[in-house]
Amino acid sequence: MIRANLKPAVISAVVVVVLSGLLMGVRLDQDGTNLSLVGAGPDVYWKIAIAATFIFFYNLFRDHLARLWQSMPGMPKTPTQLVEASKKPVLRQLFWCFLIALAILWPFISNRGGTDLATLVLIYVMLGLGLNIVVGLAGLLDLGYVGFYAVGAYGYALLAMYFDIGFWTGLISAGLLAALFGFLLGFPVLRLRGDYLAIVTLGFGEIIRILLNNMTWLTNGPNGIGGIPKPTLFGLEFSRKASEGMQSFHDFVGIDYSSEHRVMFLYLLALLLVLITLFVINRLLRMPIGRAWEALREDEIACRALGINPTAVKLSAFTIGASFAGFAGCFFAARQGFISPESFTFIESAIILAIVVLGGMGSQIGVILAAIIMTILPEMAREFNEYRMLLFGLMMVLMMIWRPQGLLPMNRPHLELRT
Amino acid sequence: MSRPLLEVSGLTMRFGGLLAVDGVELSVEPGQIVSMIGPNGAGKTTVFNCLTGFYKPSGGKIVFDGQEIQGLPGFRVARRGMIRTFQHVRLFKEMTVVENLLVAQHQHMNTSMLAGLFKTPSYRRSEREAMERAAYWLERVDLHEFANREANTLAYGQQRRLEIARCMVTQPKLLMLDEPAAGLNPRETDDLKALIAELRDNHQLTVLLIEHDMKLVMSISDKIVVINQGRPLAAGTPEEIKQNPDVIKAYLGET
Repeated sequence: MIRANLKPAVISAVVVVVLSGLLMGVRLDQDGTNLSLVGAGPDVYWKIAIAATFIFFYNLFRDHLARLWQSMPGMPKTPTQLVEASKKPVLRQLFWCFLIALAILWPFISNRGGTDLATLVLIYVMLGLGLNIVVGLAGLLDLGYVGFYAVGAYGYALLAMYFDIGFWTGLISAGLLAALFGFLLGFPVLRLRGDYLAIVTLGFGEIIRILLNNMTWLTNGPNGIGGIPKPTLFGLEFSRKASEGMQSFHDFVGIDYSSEHRVMFLYLLALLLVLITLFVINRLLRMPIGRAWEALREDEIACRALGINPTAVKLSAFTIGASFAGFAGCFFAARQGFISPESFTFIESAIILAIVVLGGMGSQIGVILAAIIMTILPEMAREFNEYRMLLFGLMMVLMMIWRPQGLLPMNRPHLELRT
Repeated sequence: MSRPLLEVSGLTMRFGGLLAVDGVELSVEPGQIVSMIGPNGAGKTTVFNCLTGFYKPSGGKIVFDGQEIQGLPGFRVARRGMIRTFQHVRLFKEMTVVENLLVAQHQHMNTSMLAGLFKTPSYRRSEREAMERAAYWLERVDLHEFANREANTLAYGQQRRLEIARCMVTQPKLLMLDEPAAGLNPRETDDLKALIAELRDNHQLTVLLIEHDMKLVMSISDKIVVINQGRPLAAGTPEEIKQNPDVIKAYLGET
């Protein structure tokens, strides 16, 4: 029994060391204008080592422990199988609450760099969740997802430039605009299957980028668009001096100005958007349309025989997925304040797709985890920047060999018939 | 006699140089069980595919429930109440049994995006009704206890029954079964026979059947159509077909 547990025990201990080593052991610090990596003291490493040892022995002897526990009278049944957590709604809810609480508290316990990085992670989470609808749930391989991201970003930037609209109006318009593009593109191409669809969407993503690059009269070409208005909170601006007719946040609340407020606000805003995205997608999954996506992925012919219009169902997935990219794009533009076609190259599509595949197709918690990994790893390994793509490819290959279902494979909410 | 539910005339299907179906005539009265028999490769399934819109017939007329449906896409034909099964089981394998039945009710449900996001009363009602209908049919086909199992964990015979239940929740007018007894043991075939007869008698369903099990076909059918090499060979009651010398020669064999 111990031998059977040895491998999982070693793996768990290694995971603890790697994860906590990265999370607690090193930290990004601001050094003038540069970010530098700072290692933690030996006490932290001692704690990590103790934790890893504990995890190792716990996993090694967990069957014995469980039996011991159960042999004692009056003890509640032990959750010997952690997997069961997913089947226990209370545990699951607690887990999510904890995660959300941690996410909300993050900007207050982290420094500016950490918050900024977390905001970037959240943008990728949103993109991953959106693409997850298209690829993971509806089973349509979309390689041009970044096109919709670009439409959202440029939609907001151009609307703000020419029509002087604010962030919140822009957010909705950008989402709608991206959805419209998704619809228009989806209409002709969704008859195609598999590889053909992938090629066409790939082309679409490139066309959008090249158009943005060349329509200089509208988009300012490769020079990009700057001065995009930042998000406001009920009309309050996050700047040292509010623009005309506006009030700034620090004046309103009556605290001293700090540039960190804006970083925190942007982070919390991104978090809110992600939570809304999660909520909407979770609802969609339980709705007829979500079931139809699932069914269509499994057997299109059976769907047709049951009166489901495959084109309409696919189109809905494509459109909804695109609209989330639009929201993310708008937020991205507002956060950066400057966008250029450079930000919307094919590699972005590839990264988002990698997040979906790495996390486990269709799995939402998997996408979140993968987005964190995919965003933080390159930041951590700045020295290896030149080999980034190489490492990236290597990781993908290894994943496909050892865990093709993704880090955390999808656990779809099943509707149950109560008897 | 009432107006036929399905009337097919001069149905032709050509694949390049191959004439797979040539002038098939078919007429199905409401409440009848009509069987289509014939040797392998005679074009029975091709006829099915033409009727249900999976192929676009090269010629001929298909009138279903008073309207011409030839050339309509498959899902539109299905929405008019012509629901079919396939020779091979085509369930949504990774979905649960009851979810299979819910997907099938897609066209009848409140699929509005906003209604679902905000769980409006009409949406809840639609979900509940779908659930009740699914439960009702699961009871009918004796799969109630497996409702929350994944479809691919069912035994073959149960999967076949689930397929029929999945057709029934769409509230079809005409149920088309493509070799429903293939791979079933004699007892399961008897159950299937009882089920089909019950659907006709208690649910006023019309059934069009492709089947090779002659015992089943002869005992259940109100009418039999024989097809040979894409052409109609004979049509009539089971008794007439059994006596028909052409059919005996082409298909049933001398006894």
